[in-house]
Amino acid sequence: MSTNPNPRDKKKRNRLIYRSVILIILFAALLFAVISNITKEEEAVQIGEEAPNFQLVHLNGEENQTVRLSDLRGKGVMLNFWATYCEPCEREMPYMESLYPLYKEKGVEIVAISVDATEFVVQQFMDKYNLTFPILHDKKSQVMDAYRIKPLPTTYFIDENGIIVERVLGELSLERLDGYLQQIVPSQ
Amino acid sequence: MNVLKCDACGYENSVGTTICNKCGNPLDRNKQNELLNMRYDGRSIRSKSKNKTIVDKIWNFFSSVKVGVSLIAIALVASAIGTIFPQKMYIPTTVSPAEHYREEYGIVGQIYYQLGFHELYSSTWYMILIALIGMSIFIVSLDRGIPLYRALTKQNPIRHVRFLERQKLFGKYNNYKQSDVEKLVGNIKKSRYKIYEKDGHILAEKGRFSRWGPYVNHTGLIIFLVGTLLRFFPSMYVDEFVWVREGETAIIPGTHQEYYIENLQFTLEFYGEDPEDEKFQQVLEQENSAIPKHFETKAIIYQNVAEDVIGTEPQLEEVTRGGIIVNEPLQFADLSIYQNSYQLNEFSSMSFTLHTTDSEEELAQFTVDFSNPNSVYELDNGFRIELNNYYPDYVLDDDGPRSQSNYPRNPAFVFFVYPPGEEEPERNFLSIGQNIDPTNENQYKLSLKGFDMREVSGLKVKKDLTLPVLGIGAFIFMIGVVQGMYWQHRRIWIHPKGEELYIAGHTNKNWFGMTNECKKIMEDTPFSMLNDQEKENQENDYT
Repeated sequence: MSTNPNPRDKKKRNRLIYRSVILIILFAALLFAVISNITKEEEAVQIGEEAPNFQLVHLNGEENQTVRLSDLRGKGVMLNFWATYCEPCEREMPYMESLYPLYKEKGVEIVAISVDATEFVVQQFMDKYNLTFPILHDKKSQVMDAYRIKPLPTTYFIDENGIIVERVLGELSLERLDGYLQQIVPSQ
Repeated sequence: MNVLKCDACGYENSVGTTICNKCGNPLDRNKQNELLNMRYDGRSIRSKSKNKTIVDKIWNFFSSVKVGVSLIAIALVASAIGTIFPQKMYIPTTVSPAEHYREEYGIVGQIYYQLGFHELYSSTWYMILIALIGMSIFIVSLDRGIPLYRALTKQNPIRHVRFLERQKLFGKYNNYKQSDVEKLVGNIKKSRYKIYEKDGHILAEKGRFSRWGPYVNHTGLIIFLVGTLLRFFPSMYVDEFVWVREGETAIIPGTHQEYYIENLQFTLEFYGEDPEDEKFQQVLEQENSAIPKHFETKAIIYQNVAEDVIGTEPQLEEVTRGGIIVNEPLQFADLSIYQNSYQLNEFSSMSFTLHTTDSEEELAQFTVDFSNPNSVYELDNGFRIELNNYYPDYVLDDDGPRSQSNYPRNPAFVFFVYPPGEEEPERNFLSIGQNIDPTNENQYKLSLKGFDMREVSGLKVKKDLTLPVLGIGAFIFMIGVVQGMYWQHRRIWIHPKGEELYIAGHTNKNWFGMTNECKKIMEDTPFSMLNDQEKENQENDYT
């Protein structure tokens, strides 16, 4: 009987396929629209994505030294976007400074990117707080644009493979900072 | 069994058929005395046939006109509610929405806020609702459009007598001559009907394409909805904002650092500056503040051609340049830059003079450029001025002086003045209107001599490649509306049966026009005008 199927059954099966395909397409479009709508506000680079690579001048390094994110592959990287005029940023700087030596030994690098307009104010700030972790200056707001940073501070925690594992909008406490840094300590 | 056998010709129709697909025999057995329901030409709507699988059930849900109309009704009511109070984007940004709605509109406002109506049109559930309407329209169209298309493209000119008898316009004639029929058909042809003939039976038809109107309309609507979905692709739609200071070159947001804009000059003119504005004198005097007449940004657009990693020096090549004024954007590469707003009088540099505390005599002068302040200024007379601290937007809070933004709106400085040969500096604190000597023992003093200002231009970055799609969708939608509204599908059947001749007429709308057309067609023939059976039935009901 299977060699010559009933034309009515065949018609039915075709109808089922045709309806399924159309419904799948429609629901896929619906799903796409909903997901896009939910993530629309959050255009910033997201958790799970690879952190966009960049290269910026290292203000507290040797002269004309630059830091390139891809060179830090293999290390955990904490990427902190901040500015001198941002009070919450200022409050979390000492926490970062206090945890830096400990985590540097464990293979985690703290990199702070200033979005200030002039290098001068950043220099003043670094002198005031004696910051030892790399401070980079995003003078032309290029990295800020690439990461689509809105509120300051915004902090990314990137694992040794360059994948963003955590993103924090706003101020961090010492405990939370410690916890997030713990997460990106390289495994070996 | 899901077949319905026609009792006249034996054809097996699917369940739900009300008019035999082959011979036109009415199959609605319990309504034999009513006019025939001609909707979808009596075809069975596919979803109304039996359904077993989950796919069929979902399909049938969306295929229901009742469901579609309910969804539209819900969307209408929700949209209306969304207009009762202002949406979140229109309330002041300085207040928290939770408080604002409660304080402004009381308990109703709070409920409004908590139910999410303050962000209705971008809310997920509203979007799902609109998408479900789209799905409903799509499936309803397929389910009804396809059977209707099949019914109308494969019409059998021979319709069953009972089919003709139950049309609204119907006539039954005896004692006619074949030449009379020919004359009638000739008249029908003159009215631009298409004639189909089979064994002496005639079907005359015109305006069939108007039946596709609703489906064309729905196609347009679906294209429109797809167009709105395309807005979620950043390559299709960009809506960004950027502040650019005079002399500054900034990244154009939404272009992945590909384009930069340099603000060459921002100009602002007010009414009253030009002699020809005298005619507005009276109005201008009534206003307390100046009224802007024209504001314009002269700008250059650059493309970054360097393919290096983000953050390295861009290689800028000019793409275009020009003035940007309201409603006249600067356009390039699908992007339009619109003039949106401005901030006036931001400092760009300040110059200072050095003199002794008790004399005005100028010893030397220097200028601090706020886009790149130096840490040391060596003066001609051997003095060395160290810029110890600089606050672009100075405020004094509990922890001392600080800057509250990136921009030199209210600059303040701590200068260390080293006279020649001295190791110990004199300290000076300067801000606008202030010149503080913390020790009160300074021999030298710095004074503000002059400053340069710059304007800040607020520009909107727009790209919308979905507009052509929306335009095409809307155009097709309108074609569908016109097609279905201004034409009607009219049909006349002529059925000879022995000595008798049956004639029936049908139109999908505008019976008035159809009746007049039939009168004209039958005027100079021996056939009397067709009877309007609906009218007759009503009259019979009264008697």
